[in-house]
Amino acid sequence: MKRRNFIQQTAATGAFIGLGGLSLSFSENYKKHITILHTNDVHSHIEPLSQNDPRNPNMGGVARRATLIEKIRNENPNILLLDAGDIFQGTPFFNFYGGELEFKLMSKLKYDASTIGNHDFDNGIDGLYAQLPHADFDFISSNYDFTNTVMNEHVLPHRIFKKDGVRIGIFGLGVELKGLVNAHLYKETKYLDPVEIATDMSRILKEDKKCDIVICLSHLGHSYKSDKISDVKLAAATENIDLIIGGHTHTFLEKPEIHINKSGKKVLINQVGCYGIYLGRIDFYLDKDNNISGDGRSISV
Amino acid sequence: MKFKILFAFLLALGIISCKTGPLKPAEIEGKRIAIDESIAPNTSIENFIKPYSQHINKTLDSVLAYNPTNLNKSDGELNTALGNLMADIIMVQVNPVFKSRTGKEIDLVLLNHGGIRAAVGMGPVNARTAYSLMPFENEVVIVELTGNKINEMLSYLESNRTAHPLSGIKIKVDRNYQIIEATINEEKIDPEKTYFVATSDYLQQGGDNMIFFKDPVNFYNTDYKIRNTIIDYFQKVDTLKTKRDNRYIKIQ
Repeated sequence: MKRRNFIQQTAATGAFIGLGGLSLSFSENYKKHITILHTNDVHSHIEPLSQNDPRNPNMGGVARRATLIEKIRNENPNILLLDAGDIFQGTPFFNFYGGELEFKLMSKLKYDASTIGNHDFDNGIDGLYAQLPHADFDFISSNYDFTNTVMNEHVLPHRIFKKDGVRIGIFGLGVELKGLVNAHLYKETKYLDPVEIATDMSRILKEDKKCDIVICLSHLGHSYKSDKISDVKLAAATENIDLIIGGHTHTFLEKPEIHINKSGKKVLINQVGCYGIYLGRIDFYLDKDNNISGDGRSISV
Repeated sequence: MKFKILFAFLLALGIISCKTGPLKPAEIEGKRIAIDESIAPNTSIENFIKPYSQHINKTLDSVLAYNPTNLNKSDGELNTALGNLMADIIMVQVNPVFKSRTGKEIDLVLLNHGGIRAAVGMGPVNARTAYSLMPFENEVVIVELTGNKINEMLSYLESNRTAHPLSGIKIKVDRNYQIIEATINEEKIDPEKTYFVATSDYLQQGGDNMIFFKDPVNFYNTDYKIRNTIIDYFQKVDTLKTKRDNRYIKIQ
């Protein structure tokens, strides 16, 4: 292992000396740029919050989000647009249309995938199923076992997206439903242990499926005072995850947090509060050479 | 030295030629972008939303009934006109449903004061009023409680000293909020009897520490949202008639 590191370092230094002034443009040419955009806990907030909102007056709104995303797509077409769950519940749009408009708009904005939040069961698992025809994006959940429900075969345990030759593996984690959602709503959905599932999924995506980036779409919640599993605990208890996009706790992180995983590598956790007030943006610049810092990456947040 | 540079150069060429190796995230940048009025809304999205919001606004804003007085949840110490209205609405709306399904009748209703989420101003009321009073999706549930559990409920009220909405029960307390008399259907509480209590699923599951709702003799879902009981009631009546009364009072 040490020997390999030594050779890699020598090679890197060699490349620098050998190409001299050209090395900078050389490495820039070889970088690939993937942009991850994300929301969470939008809770049916289709229109901006009211002018009288005590905390975030006149913030949010899907039509504005559409403009922003379009602008970013024009700058970099290699984008993934993701949501970490709780699309449903919070305004009369949901009470009146049961989530139809939320899914139609997310499809128009070209969302790639979402995981499933506890409130997405608020009209029952049948209510969620009924709206699936309006969703032109994937639902990814790895720790809800839907085998004995109508959602069986409509949810992916993981998906690999290829953008500019970069393989991005995404898996999803949902919060424990018992005690949070009435059992008659989620019916026979089984909740499986997030750490075990995340360990398996991230290993499969990173090692077996050779993904360059592994993202966990999580609705576990950022952190708790209790022992309850959270994004922070998950980051420390797993390896092979590069980014956890969180939700559920409506945590407004001003910038992504850097945590250290089980094997000492850096993991990013981000969550952008709720109600579509912010759009999260993570830019990955990829290189064949793993030579920026100790674990091969420099993170600026 | 010269050899070393040449060696390095060859190595560099080697790196260029074998570019099929795995890619690694080398640099990562992260931030959040505020969605505010500085971003012009996308007009085609806006136009797509418009018919949905117009329909919602029309429905929410159409007048259902008239409220002749300003109602708020702080106009009484142990019972308020607004709390009484909410508890009475549940009794009036849910009892016929419960009776038709089970042949039983609701004896009393208990909600929580904190669950009254807005005041209702004098003037026309509409579905939007019901949404602001009750924005949550909670449903009415009915529990069959023993007389002993009802007494636990009374102890809770003694120490809580709050105008939790009640219907179907009359309570008199002394200046220290200790119960002097409590009657359901004009009768004293019988520890040997059971009572049917309507409340919200939230409270039944231990919300506001109402632990006496746990482990009832029997439990009934109604699938009737509290908000819908209010909307249905507004549709049924012309004028809201409610006042602070003597259902839960302190005797000086």
